[in-house]
Amino acid sequence: MSRLSIRGVSKTFPGHKRNVPPTQALLPIDLEVGDNDFITVLGPSGCGKSTLLRLVAGLETPTAGEIQLDGTNIVGAGADRGVVFQSYTLFPWLNVRQNICFGLREKGMKLSEQREISDRFIAQVGLRGFEDHFPKQLSGGMQQRVAIARALANDPKILLLDEPFGALDNQTRVLMQELLLGIWEQAQKTVMFITHDIDEAIFMASRVVVFSARPGRIKTELAVDLPHPRHYTVKTTPEFMALKARLTEEIRVEAIAADH
Amino acid sequence: MKLLVPVKRESRIALGVAFFIFFVALWSFLSLSGAVPKHFLATPWQTLVSGWNLFATQGFTHDVGMTIWRVVGGFVLAAVIAVPLGIAMGVYKPIEAFFEPFVSFARYLPASAFVPLLILWVGIGEAQKLTVIFIGCFFQLTLMIAMIVSGTRRDLVEAAYTLGCKDSGVIRRVVLPGAAPEIAEALRQVLGLGWTYIIVAELIGASSGIGHMITDSQALMATDHIIAGIVVIGLVGLLSDVAFKKVNQHLFSWSLLR
Repeated sequence: MSRLSIRGVSKTFPGHKRNVPPTQALLPIDLEVGDNDFITVLGPSGCGKSTLLRLVAGLETPTAGEIQLDGTNIVGAGADRGVVFQSYTLFPWLNVRQNICFGLREKGMKLSEQREISDRFIAQVGLRGFEDHFPKQLSGGMQQRVAIARALANDPKILLLDEPFGALDNQTRVLMQELLLGIWEQAQKTVMFITHDIDEAIFMASRVVVFSARPGRIKTELAVDLPHPRHYTVKTTPEFMALKARLTEEIRVEAIAADH
Repeated sequence: MKLLVPVKRESRIALGVAFFIFFVALWSFLSLSGAVPKHFLATPWQTLVSGWNLFATQGFTHDVGMTIWRVVGGFVLAAVIAVPLGIAMGVYKPIEAFFEPFVSFARYLPASAFVPLLILWVGIGEAQKLTVIFIGCFFQLTLMIAMIVSGTRRDLVEAAYTLGCKDSGVIRRVVLPGAAPEIAEALRQVLGLGWTYIIVAELIGASSGIGHMITDSQALMATDHIIAGIVVIGLVGLLSDVAFKKVNQHLFSWSLLR
């Protein structure tokens, strides 16, 4: 069963001033994301990969084509698609628990139930003891863990992540990748993860989708058949290295194209 | 002194007090030395004694009370309309396009210039005073609030939509709590503005109030009373400001986190 299906979706942003031509961000794209798939979308910056995620999230409308989730057309944003953004988007006036319960409260869920669910996700992202902290009292990595918990607490059909670890330092980023992969291995969610980091793309994915330079289109797809549960040591295996070598070549060509 | 480095609490208080002392010293020197004649500038001590007498024997408490009531009354009337209007303008751009040009124009109309007109229109009673304060506060406040609400973080709004909020939920749970500390700060500043308008409103056609007392004293060349009146306005304004600030800090402690 295919969960997310993107058919002929393209996006052109109109030029805001006169004499500024419209920007074609995405050429028509076809992409099927299966149930419990973890796909990473890899591409140079400015290639339109974030635009694709925003289209799926319903934060932008496609210029052409259609996006379906479980056979229903996507119209606008909704709780069935959880999003983790690159920027820190926790509500600064709410503490960790209130942030995680934000969507649950919107659904009108009973407090006791909200508490039960938030307890589970606070534990899962390793933030026990920080329930009453405000976002500004947390490190960047902790804030993104809360953002992941907040998205997951809503029990979305698909989790969309837009370079969520892009602003974190390297060590934290690797730990976050393991955390997210661990959650996925346990919970079995459909995930679409945008990144420009090749290691990150391979390590977590069951499939890597490579984007071309702008205007974005899908250049290659690559299945990642590394066994689960994956440990960080997988990054030094010959299989991983081979995938990395191939993707490095693909991305290099596009980065050069993007630069010209 | 290093650039942008904060000072310690004790030295901050000491420096603040030092300027008051310097100010009073300069004032004493000017009035006591005879550099400025006594009937133009009363001495600090004489001002203090006269101020005490105003309260003790001349029912000045009633004047101060009337002035406070007028400022607060006009300010509350303005806020009750300006806050929802400003929020609506900030959130819904067609509403902003409809009101913003007029409000921007009206903001520059000097409230004090309306005093003669208002006396013709609503007489010299309380309505005239409240209206002056209202005009002085309302347009300013509306624009400030519209601007604050327009500045709502788009990424937080988007996050709320992806968490299942509809428009009303976004306004209630993201726009309002996010803008609340700045709106409270805008209210505090505009209340200060109200204090500068009230005296003008009371200079003409008032039978009570601090401004009324000041006009009466001018006729008697009682500079000590005038200065005492001005100082009282300053003190009451300062008190309301500090109280407002404390309440804001208590209500919106999250916004003070660094």
